[in-house]
Amino acid sequence: MPVDATAKPGRLRRFLDSDIGWSFCRTPAAWLSTMVLVLLIATAFLAPLIAPQNPHDLAQVFIDKAEIPPIWQAGGEWPFLLGTDPQGRDVLSAILYGTRVSLLIGIAAVIVSMGLGVSVGLVSGFYGGRIDNLLMRLGDTVLSIPTLLMAILVSAIFRELLPPGLREPFAAVVLVVSISLTNWVQYARTVRASTMVERRKEYVLAARIIKVAPARIMRRHILPNTLTPVMVAATLNLGLAILSEATLSFLGVGMPITQPSLGTLIRIGNQYLFSGSWWLVVFPSLQLGLIVLSVNLLGDWLRDALNPKLR
Amino acid sequence: MPAFLLKRLLNAAGVMLAVAFLAFLIFRFVGDPVELMLNEQASQAQRDELRVRLGLDRGFVLQFATFVGNAARGDFGISYRNQQDVFTLITERFPATFELVLVATFLSLAVGIPLGVYTAIRRDSLLAKSLQFVSVLGVSLPSFALGILFILLFSVTLQWLPAFGRGEVVQIGWWSTGFLTPSGRRALILPGITLSLFQITLVMRLVRAEMLETMRTDFIRFARARGLPARAVNFRHALRNCLMPVITVTGLQIGNLIAFALVTETVFQWPGMGMLFVQAVTFVDIPVMAAYLIVVSFIFVSLNALVDLLYAYVDPRLREDAISGAANAR
Amino acid sequence: MKKHWLLAAVAALALNGAAEAKTLKWGASREIASLDPYSYGETFTLSVLNHVYEGLVRYTGDLKIEPALAESWETVSPTVWRFKLRQGVKFHNGNPFTADDVIASLDRVTHDTSPLKGNLPAYKSAKKIDDYTVEIEVNGPYPLLLNDLTNIFIFDKEWMEANNTSLPTDSGKGIKGYATDNTNGTGPFKVESRRADAKTVFIKNPTWWDKPQHNIDVIEFTPITSASTRVAALLSGEIDFTNVAPLQDLPRLAASPDVKVLQTNELRSVFFALNLKDALFESDVKDKNPFKDIRVREALYRAIDIDAVQKRAMRGLSRNTGALVAPAIPGYEPSQDVRLPFDLDGAKKLLAAAGYPNGFSFQFNCQADSLVNEEEFCQAVASMWSRAGLKPNLSLAPRSQQTPKRVKGDFDVISFGWANEPMIDAYSLLVQVLRSKSGTGGVFNWGNWGDPRIDALIDKAGVELDNSKRIPMMMEALKIAKAEHLFIPLHQQPMAWAMRNTVASTVQASDNKPRLWLTMLK
Repeated sequence: MPVDATAKPGRLRRFLDSDIGWSFCRTPAAWLSTMVLVLLIATAFLAPLIAPQNPHDLAQVFIDKAEIPPIWQAGGEWPFLLGTDPQGRDVLSAILYGTRVSLLIGIAAVIVSMGLGVSVGLVSGFYGGRIDNLLMRLGDTVLSIPTLLMAILVSAIFRELLPPGLREPFAAVVLVVSISLTNWVQYARTVRASTMVERRKEYVLAARIIKVAPARIMRRHILPNTLTPVMVAATLNLGLAILSEATLSFLGVGMPITQPSLGTLIRIGNQYLFSGSWWLVVFPSLQLGLIVLSVNLLGDWLRDALNPKLR
Repeated sequence: MPAFLLKRLLNAAGVMLAVAFLAFLIFRFVGDPVELMLNEQASQAQRDELRVRLGLDRGFVLQFATFVGNAARGDFGISYRNQQDVFTLITERFPATFELVLVATFLSLAVGIPLGVYTAIRRDSLLAKSLQFVSVLGVSLPSFALGILFILLFSVTLQWLPAFGRGEVVQIGWWSTGFLTPSGRRALILPGITLSLFQITLVMRLVRAEMLETMRTDFIRFARARGLPARAVNFRHALRNCLMPVITVTGLQIGNLIAFALVTETVFQWPGMGMLFVQAVTFVDIPVMAAYLIVVSFIFVSLNALVDLLYAYVDPRLREDAISGAANAR
Repeated sequence: MKKHWLLAAVAALALNGAAEAKTLKWGASREIASLDPYSYGETFTLSVLNHVYEGLVRYTGDLKIEPALAESWETVSPTVWRFKLRQGVKFHNGNPFTADDVIASLDRVTHDTSPLKGNLPAYKSAKKIDDYTVEIEVNGPYPLLLNDLTNIFIFDKEWMEANNTSLPTDSGKGIKGYATDNTNGTGPFKVESRRADAKTVFIKNPTWWDKPQHNIDVIEFTPITSASTRVAALLSGEIDFTNVAPLQDLPRLAASPDVKVLQTNELRSVFFALNLKDALFESDVKDKNPFKDIRVREALYRAIDIDAVQKRAMRGLSRNTGALVAPAIPGYEPSQDVRLPFDLDGAKKLLAAAGYPNGFSFQFNCQADSLVNEEEFCQAVASMWSRAGLKPNLSLAPRSQQTPKRVKGDFDVISFGWANEPMIDAYSLLVQVLRSKSGTGGVFNWGNWGDPRIDALIDKAGVELDNSKRIPMMMEALKIAKAEHLFIPLHQQPMAWAMRNTVASTVQASDNKPRLWLTMLK
């Protein structure tokens, strides 16, 4: 027990004493955005526990409670802190659940595109030659189609390939796939470049001589050395992935109205912009902006902190 | 040099072929064209006849070859939705999108460069720090939400600017321009700003980074040491040195702006290619989707190739290392 | 080319002697599919093109049939109608209107590749008697030929032949037709220029045969798909008129001193139709179809709190109904327009009695862009059904994506709206929707509903020319459908137009079609 008790603060201490930690504490943007992010993520994932209502459970939604303004306005009503939508759905609950959807899709898309990109980069950089050429040409092709367009098309294709009954339940998966398929190239290029450097180093040559399997070399020896830029890219890409999802949902090719993400909520709210129900579009937009802003601030700081040139 | 030129062009052609293949897949497999074109009462004989007429009974490779051949001649068939020639539909809308992108590009340079220079020179001033923060904000706010807020503020509440469309346009040959009428120019303002915001922050950050980099180089230090006035050092030497990458990235970004314009066009009901495409997606109007993909990628790939070639011309060191990757900063 | 049109417009205005051209800027919710009324069988496109093209007969502002290009008609035999054509009518290009034009148009609209073929179901053949007399023969005694003809627009034969567009555009051939981009009608307005998805300009036809009851010189038609943008445009004066004002924005529009709102109920009745095939499409009940049990259908009906739907989802503007057709439609019976009361406990008991005390799941298909506030009322009803213990899986997507599923029968419950247009007669609903599928009947019977008694009545009414016998037959058929709860009625949907004060008066008929030739500007 005492060991555990000292181990934890020990690690934290070590982080705070390190260069990075020092920079972290000295940069308000970094720790502020981290705090905001932790709060947003926690509330989003605890939504079933803390949200006043489950907006997906139709039996809990009463249309008589439609379009109640936020609680501080005349006509506001407990427990609808941020008001309700035209269905009588609590806006705060919808935002919490919507944030969960947006974050899950964003994180999943980053993980999938990172996994894909890192694997391609490792293989490409390690083997070189024809495989490398083929994979990198593939990457060029992906990059030669503007990302937003690519994401729309991939999601259209995947949606059509699914049987009609599965399209809505699998909407999130379709989004993850379409965002990932457009975003992996950056990771692949980064990893490939560092792999090509690493593979000529002596420790790799030594491992090859003693006939360690290539997969193992890549995973155990090369991968750890390429991770720093990948992590920076992943943080910055999380913001982009969340925005891509929101944009697709806003255009009506993303999450359906029955499982709304923040982008879907903004699209719905947009229809009520002139009827006076401003809270339907303003709050989801703020939440989306806040998430992406914190992620980007954190990513910016991480990039600068890890870049020796800028110290 | 000719070898590099050839290699780069072949590369571009290969990429276009891959894009055409993707477009073909969409055309062939997203929904059955026969089902989409005929109404539900059509008989089996009508279906079979249409299948033969469209060449869907032929082999896969032959179909693809036909598709590429037709596309190269600008023949993408007719739209399922409004039965018009697809290529005509796209060329009719191209001027609207292009003028919007032009305005956005102009704004991004006119605003982004001064801001970038300022934040680099006075990197520790409060204003520069705030601008840095605002630039992150600019990347973080979704452009559709900004567009909506602009409409609410400037069109509905203040009634200063139009909320949709291009206003009056003047037809010059096949080109329709909104630059020549007052209402056309006014209509460009809000969508132009909305589309350019992301680009402004991009240019600003790029200029700042390049300026900081350049100012650490020896020749700037040397210039300073010689006692040249700060203004001359900053603008005549440092800024000039970092304009090349700015112009390159701007050129490359035009392709991305054209694609990204589809969000702005949707918000402002701007009758450009992007809106055509979004409508085609909701109506599953496959020929339009496929054609748009090919046309936009073609612009994108040509710009990339052109920039690479220019770069190689200017800087021989780069001939072996294509820089097309920079294009997709987004 | 465009410049040429511009000059023509200026010349036309000068001829009118108007000091300034009176322009109406019309913001619609969607683009017309084509300038060719026969290339796409869609009501809205037809209603816009009705300003350019006309039929032999037309509806008045209060939906009575009146002569248009035909001056009079008579039935020569139960299956042959003779039309006397109006003399002295000219097409926009100056060609005279004669019997040949009518024959050529009827040939075109009934051609195999014509999407509008179904709008003239009884047509057999037509022949010219003399230059101003035409006889149309129908398959059998058919009471609704005139109603159908209101939407069959007349083209100029010479013009069609000169431009090789005598056949309808065939999308399969991959060639666009001349009439897709060009027009030549007889109507009160002619097309001056068109940029699809941006602006279509109509100008007054100074040589129209009828005495104009409008003072509009120019109509600028602009599609604005986004409802909020349309509202903003109207408030800021960029458009003068919209025929689709979003319900949620009506209070704000009405509050503006420059804008007025015209609001009434449409002919379109909205109901839910059920999958009555042997098994449900997507459900936890696999072996049978619970909807075949009338108690389950009644439970679905009773679980709907119609007042909440009306007040919230429809903003208090819909007309609740127990009938399947609107009061203005022949076949409507006030005694049938009574709803089963909202009764949640009763619904639960009925479900329990039918053997589903814990409910069951089913797929509920609604369209995002078809009926008025369809997203809203479908979600509201889905939550009401959930409260009765059922598990509806709501599928909400644009019409273009939902229609294929509906046509294939891949659904369990669908929202459905039927206006009985252009017939304005309950026969339209009966023969196209309620009838079991057979031949041309039951084209929209996607869920295998129907009843042999209803089919028999429909077939009898279809050949009865005497309205005093025909209408009771239709009422009887509708009564059976109601007693069986084949459909679950909801409401007649509201329609709302909004216009700036520059529009002095217009005619808003319940078919929701703008008739700008009956519109005066200030």
